[in-house]
Amino acid sequence: MSRLADSFARCRAEGRAALVTFVTGGDPNPAATPAILDALVEGGADVIELGMPFTDPMADGPAIQRANIRSLEAGTKTADLLRIATEFRARHPQVPLVLMGYANPMVKRGPEWFANAAKQAGVDGVICVDIPPEEDAELGPALRAAGIDLIRLATPTSDAERLPTIMDGASGFIYYVSVAGITGMQQAAQSSIDTAVARLKTFTNLPIAVGFGVRTPEQAAAIGKVSDGVVVGSALVDLVAEHGEQAAGPVRDLVAKLSAALR
Amino acid sequence: MTLTNSFRAQPDDSGHFGQFGGRYVAETLMPMILELEREYRAAKADPAFAAEFEDLLTHYVGRPSPLYFASRLTEFVRSTAKPGKGAKIYLKRDELNHTGAHKINNCVGQILLAKRMGKTRIIAETGAGQHGVATATVAALFGLPCVIFMGATDVERQKPNVFRMKLLGAEVRPVTSGAGTLKDAMNDALRDWVANVDDTFYIIGTAAGPHPYPELVRDFQSVIGKEAREQILEREGRLPDLLVAAIGGGSNAIGLFHPFLDDEEVAMLGVEAAGHGLDTDAHAASLAGGEPGILHGNKTYLLQDDDGQIIEAHSISAGLDYPGIGPEHSWLHSIGRVEYTSATDMEALEAFKTMCAVEGIIPALEPSHAMSAVIKRAAEMDADQIIIANLCGRGDKDIFTVADALGVTI
Repeated sequence: MSRLADSFARCRAEGRAALVTFVTGGDPNPAATPAILDALVEGGADVIELGMPFTDPMADGPAIQRANIRSLEAGTKTADLLRIATEFRARHPQVPLVLMGYANPMVKRGPEWFANAAKQAGVDGVICVDIPPEEDAELGPALRAAGIDLIRLATPTSDAERLPTIMDGASGFIYYVSVAGITGMQQAAQSSIDTAVARLKTFTNLPIAVGFGVRTPEQAAAIGKVSDGVVVGSALVDLVAEHGEQAAGPVRDLVAKLSAALR
Repeated sequence: MTLTNSFRAQPDDSGHFGQFGGRYVAETLMPMILELEREYRAAKADPAFAAEFEDLLTHYVGRPSPLYFASRLTEFVRSTAKPGKGAKIYLKRDELNHTGAHKINNCVGQILLAKRMGKTRIIAETGAGQHGVATATVAALFGLPCVIFMGATDVERQKPNVFRMKLLGAEVRPVTSGAGTLKDAMNDALRDWVANVDDTFYIIGTAAGPHPYPELVRDFQSVIGKEAREQILEREGRLPDLLVAAIGGGSNAIGLFHPFLDDEEVAMLGVEAAGHGLDTDAHAASLAGGEPGILHGNKTYLLQDDDGQIIEAHSISAGLDYPGIGPEHSWLHSIGRVEYTSATDMEALEAFKTMCAVEGIIPALEPSHAMSAVIKRAAEMDADQIIIANLCGRGDKDIFTVADALGVTI
């Protein structure tokens, strides 16, 4: 069983949703990221999403845009991300690690190179924001060959006609983007999330994690009642922006509250 | 596959021009992109749509634009060329369109699509402001609210166009992310679109972005080449030897080139912006200095570093100041059907001054790049050969930039 499947199964057995946490790799600098990732785990995160910085993060709101800029200005390279992942895997053999980002940095050296490098670094899954199922050939076959889950996104615009296309070739979990919009901006009405998750469940047996606009333990608890996972990103990235290299403590505290809210 | 012998049958069903193009967008936008494609196919097959498009082009835009024999420029070239050299130079005068550039052709087509799809709000990105002005113009014409995303840097250096857009009723939203130029404006337009996908139509200004944009922008701009083809056959009784156009995203160039792609005897030259020079890091020549990659919904040549991070472009012309290029150009480059070269800021300025002095035409800085290449190439070609250059915009908007570059205080 993969680390991702194992983690979601364990949470389900505990009768709770998994806490999926996102931070941008290399923010505020590559040397500071390992301690922040450790803080996520110590706070109780079940799945770690490590953001790969990109100059043009088209699906992200101001918080994560600025995190991308901070990371790139600190000189973060793809090699740094892979090293951070490798070292994380050594420290945390069981915690699933997902790389999240945009297509161009992922395919720059070829999809096979990226898939193999990610595999060697102990990465379990990849979320690529701007490779929809129609362009799966760009990255999907290479990831599958390397045994890495390709995590697809579903959104409020994904109707019954669209969803089978999304599910075809998806693995790991389904990331439900709960608002038609960019990261960290507004929160979806709980009722719309309930309806959407129930609908997604009729199209897949994969776990459903809900993200975009989830900032507080209260929100996480409400969403966790209906979903298999809750994704928190911008709220954590905001803490990194505020505390910089000292962000690990505040990050751990928020993750602990979010984690407690799900239990 | 059918039509394997045609260069005009691209893109394929999935929106690819060879390995380029495609639909690299966030999942939220995919249903919208697919709906746009369906609606565009229906519009293309609808004679009423074509009739309304052509009516507006004729009576509102002022088409057809003239094909003008630039006799003085031709003589200027011949005066220093070897005997028997110096091709006849024709100018496709798209700078005489309403709003002063070719951009309006595409905006008319896209706003008709927006109307057909029942969209009630228009957004667009702009660099120099020409596409923003053209979009604000058609939005006013159709009574739709319009938001133009423009890099904060460009808002500052293109104040007259910002005021024009506001006069036309558009809201101009300065974009401060990134370097605050065209690339960042496009990012923010995409972000807005994702958040307002139900009621909003995004009028993309160049033949780039996710499928079907490169195709539909090309089709709307192909009026340039269709007219030029008829006009030159009427004037000269034969096809031209060379077509020349400036390339930023490449919409004016593909508009001129596409109707001629299957005419083997017609050579084509696209001119990228070489900024301070291709040997510096301050240029906008994606084909000459970039590599294939994925940005803004399509796979195409991009200025980027070893890690796939996008590099800021530079050109004296804000309309060419973009680190990518339309995917059909990347394909035409890869198969060798079109030749691509570049002109520096200084070369474009020189051609700009020549056009003013010799022809009494103040060209935009974008086609000044093309004119620089035209003047060079014409001198190498035989005197009985024919060049058509796309004069895709007028230079009124650029007089402050040119004055600044020439060290003149207005």
